[in-house]
Amino acid sequence: MAQLLKDYQVVEEHWSIVDEQAESLPCGNLLLSVSQRQQFASQLKQQDGKVGIWLDGNAEIEEIVESLLDLPLIAIKFPKFVDGRGFSLARLLRERYQYTGELRAIGGIIRDQLYLLRRCGFNAFQFAEGVDLSEAAKSLDDFSEAYQVATDQTIPLFRRR
Amino acid sequence: MNHRGTCPPQMYRYDSYDHKILDERVNQFRDQTHRYLAGEISDEEFLPLRLQNGLYVQRLAPMLRIAVPYGLLSSQQVRKLAHIARVYDKGYVHFTTRQNIQLNWPVLEQVPDILAELASVEMHAIQTSGNCIRNTTTDQFAGVAADEIEDPRPWCELIRQWSTIHPEFAFLPRKFKIAVCGSEQDRAAFLLHDIGLQIVKNSDGELGFEVFVGGGLGRTPVIGSSIRKFLPKQHLLTYLDAILRVYNRYGNRDNKYKARIKILVKAWTPEVFAERVEAEWEHLKEGPATLTHTEISRIKSFFTAPDYQSVDHAKLDAQLKTLGAQSKAFSRWLERNIQPQKQLGYASVTLSLKPAGVAPGDVTDLQLECIADLADRFSFGELRATHNQNIVLVDVLKSDLYELWQQAKAAGLATPTIGTINDIICCPGGDYCALANAKSIPVAEAIQRKFSDLDYVYDLGDLELNISGCMNACGHHHVGHIGILGVDKKGQEWYQIQLGGSANKNASLGKVLGPSLARDAVTDGIEKLLDVYIENRLDQESFLSTYQRIGIEKFKERVYGSTS
Ligand code: SF4
Repeated sequence: MAQLLKDYQVVEEHWSIVDEQAESLPCGNLLLSVSQRQQFASQLKQQDGKVGIWLDGNAEIEEIVESLLDLPLIAIKFPKFVDGRGFSLARLLRERYQYTGELRAIGGIIRDQLYLLRRCGFNAFQFAEGVDLSEAAKSLDDFSEAYQVATDQTIPLFRRR
Repeated sequence: MNHRGTCPPQMYRYDSYDHKILDERVNQFRDQTHRYLAGEISDEEFLPLRLQNGLYVQRLAPMLRIAVPYGLLSSQQVRKLAHIARVYDKGYVHFTTRQNIQLNWPVLEQVPDILAELASVEMHAIQTSGNCIRNTTTDQFAGVAADEIEDPRPWCELIRQWSTIHPEFAFLPRKFKIAVCGSEQDRAAFLLHDIGLQIVKNSDGELGFEVFVGGGLGRTPVIGSSIRKFLPKQHLLTYLDAILRVYNRYGNRDNKYKARIKILVKAWTPEVFAERVEAEWEHLKEGPATLTHTEISRIKSFFTAPDYQSVDHAKLDAQLKTLGAQSKAFSRWLERNIQPQKQLGYASVTLSLKPAGVAPGDVTDLQLECIADLADRFSFGELRATHNQNIVLVDVLKSDLYELWQQAKAAGLATPTIGTINDIICCPGGDYCALANAKSIPVAEAIQRKFSDLDYVYDLGDLELNISGCMNACGHHHVGHIGILGVDKKGQEWYQIQLGGSANKNASLGKVLGPSLARDAVTDGIEKLLDVYIENRLDQESFLSTYQRIGIEKFKERVYGSTS
């Protein structure tokens, strides 16, 4: 069973990403793209499991946010770890739109981004096969103090020193 | 020891928070380096991690770029740099065109130790490279310039803290550079930065910023566009957040040559870009990151003026005149290497890092120690790196100038050619840089040797000659009055000449003179350009003004022969 890092713990994965080519939906909790959600709209009504959405870095979040906020899981996909658009999307979801469900980073992320990802509001992280998750978790707290505001600290250092 | 009391340098000092963040950064990179060397991090993954800690892999060895925030250094920091150069490198360092310092021969395994040494004197290499917010730059005469509206250094420090390990902007489409200009004259080339901030006062006398975006050199040089005429000062950081967020989301990530913010601003037009920023800012404005008076005052308190003595400045000027009359060498140095200050009786001194035969911007460990001594003795223990790759000592009492000159001269730091054709801005080029098309240092040296007659050089007057080894334009060739760009023609090194660039307030980009020249034809070509200038100038007209008046044709004809 695949695992991921969530809220500092190594946990079992309970979601499956629906294949791009899929013509019907599998069972269980499903992670869909925005277009799949439309495509399978009627089928989803009879679905037992939970539904989450994954977004690309170029998602125009402002336009679809209404349909996202009640979801138990939103995943943001990093096509490559150096593509940092997901950092902004995460902060928008958490800070502007007060999304409170699971926010998961998927795709090409690397361990050494965990601290920054966490600050931007991600609480779950899916890595490539073979990454030692409990080792990686150490990087979540690379720093104990920061200058800027983010989701974990809403008061900038200059108002606290 | 400062002979005028033990006044600490006028610069930001770290508190326990700053130290903690920096120490944790050193530990983080030590662990990353360790895992990389153990094969647990791939080259591809390690690349941005090391870049954001200043470490490049160059032609011959790694290169470590150390941040000098807005160019300011204390004598203590300079002694540490001398120590690092000696112990971890080959005994010299290089001052860059962005007021930073580079070590050319560090060993990867030792880089974490170097960073720890730097941290002990409140220095670092954070974000000196990579696709992130780089070191903020400003005027080397900040705080003492006669035409200053407001000291830009506190604002630079606020930006430094805001940008350091920013959680959202560590993986931008491309590198991102910010400059602040606090004076009438622009000495920070702020219009050639991704964000250029001009400090202004509105009609009510309130302080704020005019915000320019999308300037930059490199492959597609562009002069920045104003997107906001007046940003009240307390909103600085939230507004920067808004600009960066728009860029982070919409900047091009497919083609690195189209990834700078200038391309986005151009594609959208500055007006549309401004609207997008304003729309984003609406949400951030007045948020917790809005600056407080307390914080602004706290940061400003580090940059207070030193204890100036009141002196009989007319008498000091007369003394200098007498000394100048006795020594031509001294009067030359006074003429080119001294800048007046708004504080009467004091002057700013430029120590030249451009003697012929040394790569422009290179200094040895011993020279660094000498510079630190000079700063302690004559300028309150403080000094500044300039984007022209020299060192400035400010707040020097005019009665000390002669003694300072003698000591600087003995250390090879008093070449009296500041602002002349021999004060060449030059990137490391093909001797060091893996990206280079051609060498730049030998070209600079050949020019300095050819034009070594000081009477001739002085007669030419103000002349900026800038050399880059490739399109990346680290040597700012687009904004040299004469710019030289190394190009690669079928594996041979050639040089394109540009004329008429300028980095001041009326920034302009140079025009290409014609087909590129072989290395051995460059100095002759330059001489011909200078001949055209001398024949055509009116009165005291500078090279740039003459060029602007007569145009490029005459220069072209002289270099390439009649083209009609
Ligand atoms: S201009 Fe080119 S050759 Fe010169 S330092 Fe920059 S990248 Fe290297």
